[in-house]
Amino acid sequence: MRDSRTRSKSRWAAAPLLVFVAVVFGVPLLVLLGGTFTKEGTFSTANLTESLQGAYLTALIGSVKLSALVAVLGAVLGTFLAQAVVTSRFRALREGVLTASGVLANFGGVPLAFAWIATLGNAGVVTTTLGLGGHGWSLYNFWGLTLVYLYFSIPLQVLTVVPALDGLRPQWREAAQNNGASTWQFWRYVGIPVLTPALLGGAVLLFGGAFSAYATAQAMVGSTVPLVTLKIADALTGNVLIGHENVALALSLDMIVVAGLVMAVYLPLQRRSARWLR
Amino acid sequence: MASLTPQVTPGTVPGAAPAPVSARPGRPRRPRVWRGVVLLLAGVYFLVPLIASFVFTVKAPGQGFSLDAYGRIFSTEGFGGSLLLSLGLGLATIVVVLLLTLPAAVAVRLGAPRLRPVLEVVCTLPLVVPPITFVAGISTVLRWGPDYLASTPFYQTIIALQNPGFPVVLVLAYVVLALPFAYRSLDAGLGAIDVRTLSEAARNLGASWPHVLLRVIIPNMRSAMASASFLTLALVLGEFTIARLLSFQTFPNWIYRISGSQAQVSVAVSVFSLLITWLLLLALSSAGARQRSGS
Repeated sequence: MRDSRTRSKSRWAAAPLLVFVAVVFGVPLLVLLGGTFTKEGTFSTANLTESLQGAYLTALIGSVKLSALVAVLGAVLGTFLAQAVVTSRFRALREGVLTASGVLANFGGVPLAFAWIATLGNAGVVTTTLGLGGHGWSLYNFWGLTLVYLYFSIPLQVLTVVPALDGLRPQWREAAQNNGASTWQFWRYVGIPVLTPALLGGAVLLFGGAFSAYATAQAMVGSTVPLVTLKIADALTGNVLIGHENVALALSLDMIVVAGLVMAVYLPLQRRSARWLR
Repeated sequence: MASLTPQVTPGTVPGAAPAPVSARPGRPRRPRVWRGVVLLLAGVYFLVPLIASFVFTVKAPGQGFSLDAYGRIFSTEGFGGSLLLSLGLGLATIVVVLLLTLPAAVAVRLGAPRLRPVLEVVCTLPLVVPPITFVAGISTVLRWGPDYLASTPFYQTIIALQNPGFPVVLVLAYVVLALPFAYRSLDAGLGAIDVRTLSEAARNLGASWPHVLLRVIIPNMRSAMASASFLTLALVLGEFTIARLLSFQTFPNWIYRISGSQAQVSVAVSVFSLLITWLLLLALSSAGARQRSGS
C-alpha cells in the first residue's frame, strides 16, 4: 500500500521533465511538420517536392557525401590511432591521448574554423610559409571541410573504439595462434568481426556530427560548398523567394529523416557489441 | 587450450597487435614502426593547427613577436556584453537542467523503473534531431505566434521570451540540447551510490522526501552534478547555430562577427576558448579520479 503510493508519487517527479520536453521540443517539431505540408494556407506536398529538387537536392547530397566521407575516414583513422595507443607500453601516452581526445572531440564550431583558417587559409601560417597558395591550394572547398571535420571526428572515434579494443582479450589471439592462425587470419576472423559493431557505431556518430555541423561550415566556406545546413540557414534568414519560406522546414524534415535512419542503424549495433565487450 | 597467459592487461598484449593489414613475419619489430608512424602523423595533424593558430596571433605583419592580439580581445567592442550574456544563459540553463533532470533520474531509480525507457528515448531525441532543424521549428513558432495569439496573454509571453537582454527562448532550447548529457552523467552518478538504501534509511528515520533529496542524495551526487554542469556550460558557451539564427549576440556569435574586421583577435579568442575547455575538462577528469579513489 505504502509502496504503491511512493510509486505513483515518484512518477510525478519525472512529470516536469516530460512536460518540458513535450512543449519546448515537441511543439517546434510539430510546427515544423505542419509547416512542411502547408503552402499558402492549404495542405500541400509542394515544399517537400521542392526541397528534393535542384540546388536543394544538390545540397542534401553534398551533406550526405561529406558526412559519409568523414565517417569512413574518421572511423578508419581513429581506429588505427586508438590501436596504436592501446597497444603502447606507455601509460602516460594512453592517458594523454584520451584526455586530448576528450577535448578535441568537443572542439567544434566557430573556433575550430578559425584555427584552421589561421593555419591553412589563404593567409594562414602554413600556407604562407610553404608557399602553398602558388600551387592552387584552397581550404575553402569540399576537401578542406573534410580535413577540418576530421579534426573532431578522429578523436571522437578514438573515444568510442578504445573500450572495444580493450575488450579484445589476448586469450582470443592466443587461442587463434595455438590453432595455427596467422595474424591476418586472427584479424579477419576474430578481431574485426568482434570490433565491427563498435566501428560501425562510431562511424554513425561521426556521420551524425558532420551531418548536423553548421557553425564550422558557415565560418569557413559561407555558401561556396553546397550543404543542407547552410541552405536551411539561408532560407530561414529570408534568403528565398516570397512564398517559399516553408522550404526551410521541408529541408529540415529531410535532414531529420536522414539522421533518424542513420541512428536507427546505431542502436541495435550498440546492443550487439555490448554482448561481447564487458 | 593449455599454456595460455592467464592474465594480461590489455595495455601489454604480448607482441603488440599489428594493423589488420600487416600479416608479414617479423612481428616483434614491425608493430613498433607502424605505431610510431601512426602516432607521428596524428601528432602532426593535431598539433600543427594549434601551433599555427598561436603563431598567427602573435605575428603581426611587418613586426616581430607580440601578444597584442590577446590584449585587444578585452578592448574589442561587444566582448564583455556577449561573454556575460553567454555566462548568464549558461548558469540559467544549468539550474533548469538540474531541477528537471535530478528528480526524474532519482524517481526512475527508486519507484518508477518502467519510466526508464521513456526517459532514455526522450534524452536521445535531441541527439538525433540536428540543432538547425530544431531552430527552424523554434523560429517558425516565434514567427507564427504573434499571428495566431495576438489577442491572448500568450502574445506577451512570446515577446518576453525574445528579450534581447536575456533571451529566455535560448535557455529553453539549450536545456533541451543539454538534456542527454546531463541525464547520462546524473544517471551514472546515481548508479554509483546505493540510492535505495540511503533513501530508505533516511525515510525510516523520519525524513521527508524533499529532505531526502536535499540532504542525503544531492550531497552524494556532487561530482556527477559538477560534471553535468560543466558539460552544459561548455555546450552553452560554444553554441552558435541557434543563437545566430535567432539573432542573439552571444559569445560565439560575437567571435564570428568580429572575424571580418579583426582576424587576429578572433583567432586569439579561439585559441583562448580551446585552452579554457581543456582546463574545464582536466578539472572534470581529475575530480572524477578523486571521487573514484575516494569511494
